[in-house]
Amino acid sequence: MTEVVMRQTPPILHGPSEKERKYDRQLRLWAASGQAALESANILLVNSGAGTVGIETLKNLVLPGIGRFAIYDEAVVEEADLGVNFFIDESGLGKPRSQCVTELILELNPEGESTLEALLATSPIFTIIVFTYPARAEHTSLLQEYSKQHKTPLVAIHSAGFYSYFQIQLPGAFPIVDTHPEETATTDIRLLTPWPELSEFAKELTKDIDNLDNHEHGHLPFVAILLHYLEQWRETHSGSNPSTYKEKIEFRRLVQGATRTNNPEGGEENFEEAVAAVLKTVTAPSLPSGLREVFEYKHSDPNEQMSGFWIIADAVKTFYAKHKCLPLPGSVPDMKAQSKVYIQLQNIYKKKARQDAAEVLKTAQEIAPDRDIDAAEVELFCKNAAFVKLINATGGTGDRDTSNTDRLKTVIAQELENDENAEVTMTPLSLLPIYLALQATGRVASASADEILAEVAKTVPEASQNERIRNAAQEVARAEGGELHNISALTGGMVAQEMIKIITKQYIPIDNTCIFDGISSRCQVVRL
Amino acid sequence: MASADVHPASEPARCVFLFRRHLDRIRTRAGPFTDPDSFSGEAVAGAMETMKILVIGAGGLGCELLKNLALSGFKDIHVIDMDTIDISNLNRQFLFRQSDVGSFKAEVAAKFVEKRVKGVKITPHNCRIQDFDEDFYMQFQLVVCGLDSIEARRWINATLVNMVNEDVEDSYKPLIDGGTEGFKGQARVILPTVTSCIECQLDMHAPRAAVPLCTLASIPRQPEHCIEWAHVIAWDQEKPFPSLDKDDPEHITWLYQKALLRAHEFNIPGVTYSLTQGVVKNIIPAIAATNSVIAAACCNEVFKIASNCAPFLGYPDNNYMMYSGNDSIYTYTFKHEKKDDCPVCGNLARKLDVDPTWTLRELVESFAVRPEAQLKKPSIRAQFKTLYMQSPASLEEQTRPNLDKTLTELGLTDGEEIGVTDPAFATVSFKFKLKFKQSD
Ligand SMILES: [Zn+2]
Repeated sequence: MTEVVMRQTPPILHGPSEKERKYDRQLRLWAASGQAALESANILLVNSGAGTVGIETLKNLVLPGIGRFAIYDEAVVEEADLGVNFFIDESGLGKPRSQCVTELILELNPEGESTLEALLATSPIFTIIVFTYPARAEHTSLLQEYSKQHKTPLVAIHSAGFYSYFQIQLPGAFPIVDTHPEETATTDIRLLTPWPELSEFAKELTKDIDNLDNHEHGHLPFVAILLHYLEQWRETHSGSNPSTYKEKIEFRRLVQGATRTNNPEGGEENFEEAVAAVLKTVTAPSLPSGLREVFEYKHSDPNEQMSGFWIIADAVKTFYAKHKCLPLPGSVPDMKAQSKVYIQLQNIYKKKARQDAAEVLKTAQEIAPDRDIDAAEVELFCKNAAFVKLINATGGTGDRDTSNTDRLKTVIAQELENDENAEVTMTPLSLLPIYLALQATGRVASASADEILAEVAKTVPEASQNERIRNAAQEVARAEGGELHNISALTGGMVAQEMIKIITKQYIPIDNTCIFDGISSRCQVVRL
Repeated sequence: MASADVHPASEPARCVFLFRRHLDRIRTRAGPFTDPDSFSGEAVAGAMETMKILVIGAGGLGCELLKNLALSGFKDIHVIDMDTIDISNLNRQFLFRQSDVGSFKAEVAAKFVEKRVKGVKITPHNCRIQDFDEDFYMQFQLVVCGLDSIEARRWINATLVNMVNEDVEDSYKPLIDGGTEGFKGQARVILPTVTSCIECQLDMHAPRAAVPLCTLASIPRQPEHCIEWAHVIAWDQEKPFPSLDKDDPEHITWLYQKALLRAHEFNIPGVTYSLTQGVVKNIIPAIAATNSVIAAACCNEVFKIASNCAPFLGYPDNNYMMYSGNDSIYTYTFKHEKKDDCPVCGNLARKLDVDPTWTLRELVESFAVRPEAQLKKPSIRAQFKTLYMQSPASLEEQTRPNLDKTLTELGLTDGEEIGVTDPAFATVSFKFKLKFKQSD
């Protein structure tokens, strides 16, 4: 008989799957939920012109794993395509461009439909549609119609020479909960409105603060330190908290003065943290502007009102009215403390956050008793409430064909006026002249500078007297509708980023037009 | 992404004029912003075709850079990258396929672009940039960097600055550098010795604050503390494998298990395999879209510098474009000023705040964490004597006793200049001027 030596084996821990390994660098940005949204998206690209910017956009969506795409392109591959488009090779000369590109971007059959109308009618519903200028009027109106009917976001791109812009048209107000704010912005520890459990905990830790030994004193979490000295402050300030800047500085001095310096380290890290946190955390709760916009939003579409987001938003609004503060997010920043004490503190915040979320969930269920409210969605909302953002709140169409020209005129007038003071105010010059010049060639393959100026003059009568508009017109005319690969690759990158944000409903997309100037190497986002 | 099928190339029967039509409209004709004194529409195509461009890095940015340069009219491109292809590259490094995993990045990327864009020659170098000397770098007209390591950037920057010879116009090699992190990134142009260099801008890339050892050892609070404990302390104590290979899943799994046990002991939630890998390898999130933006921004500057068909970043005004895509899109294009006390391109010693009661050891260790220095293995010389040398071993031994002496004991004075060298920057001696902290 052989002796079997049993070795104690650690629990089997599964490493990442093949897919998790492939997508590791992006899962760290949008997690499995974002990835699932990408993988179920269906994109249509209606391509035109030199055709590079649309393809570069698509490349940046295919790589992270977009579910499905179709390309509609009436062009046949010609020699010039080879010099600007990476996803076309010589074997494609004379073939339909959509087919050649699709083959090289992915081994996938191109859509067989011969007209855009037929393609729109027979394909599964598109998640987003991208089209490039120059575009035929009948195509853009078909896409507009489709977008209205199916609530499909539309993205228009125009790239010529050193210039480009793209414009996103969302089908109504677009709320985002998972906005990924900078970590430093998210600290919410309620020092001025502590709940009983938190106060008790801090009191217990600090009740004999002056007699604690150096080790204990040097490991008090800064939250407890500040709560203790706030209490002390109130005793000498007829019950009120430090509220003005001057008072906060004075309070900070009080905390600083309580630091022990006669210890071997000559100071205390936790007190340093407390001093550093005063100005940022000793603040009364307030309603952030993004959420205020959500609370005050007036629905024009009754169906919209009954979506999960708006029901939860209503419940949070009720919570805010009742408690004069938002549901607690529940995270605690790292701070010098004993492990055990820190974990206890963390649990106190987490418990309160769960209670708040439960209250919001209950209210939401009362608002919409016949709907299944997702508890996880409520939790996410409560955690991010201060950073919830509403895009396209005023419901602008953003489309050049139907956009409110009066509105455009107002924005242009404002921008051109700002330009006159740009040198004094040290602000960069407006890029709207670029938008105007590109837009003037939105229907034609190319145009002369004079033709462009004449077209712009329809919106801006004084166009030809404005040097910056004249220069932009000349620059666009110089390109003759040709794309520079770099400008199209850069624009395709930006458009893909924005589409990813819209598909995953994470991070904050532009509202609603982004103009890029490859000569001064910068961009401007403006709502048109 | 499934592998794209590259069709066998037929003999080119194309007209160069048509092939470069889009490009030529812009580069052969002046626009309203073109400087007529430096622009020649007839000569530009020929000039660009004979230029030699060096691309450093064939990763996320590198793949894009090679594609963009090939489609910008350059025909002689070299690329350096010592890395081989990993599966986690495939979400953005679009020149690589599943079947390329394990092959050299530079080689596969070069072959792919050469095959797709006819008439372009791309020479791969599967090695480190430090393996080449100045003679090698002298052959290029422009250097484009798409790296994720700040050390490699600093090395090539110092090398290019050192190569400048005022009497030889060809010795000025513009350096165009791109970097990304998630939805953010930057593109900058450096004209060595003329404009702000990477070392001047070092404080824009402050290192992540290290967690104090005592937190790791006795009061962990975050999952990261448990992982760092496993990485820094447990690994050294137990030495489960001869040396830590951060790319070996078995090694990461070992660290993960150790971190998990420690987290369990202290009731700390949140240790996962993915987080372990992220902390140990210092993983920076990366996506195709951002790489596309930043690489194209870099190549757009290269194209403008090479063709003079439009003003470029670098001189005399703006030289830096910051890009942020988390919240809407925001670019900030500005001029980063050259620093007179830059240890690489300046001629003044940089001020160094020190406490005279520090030991030399404390000073040596402080170089690693100072945002303006970031030197991991510094050797230090005062004007008349050597204070500490990391190598050779005999000299290290000889100077080691100095480590425990205070700066005052070593005879250093307020305002004195010291020279610091580091093996990562063989050619540079960093000059610092000691500034004693006033005791109060
Ligand atoms: Zn410098």
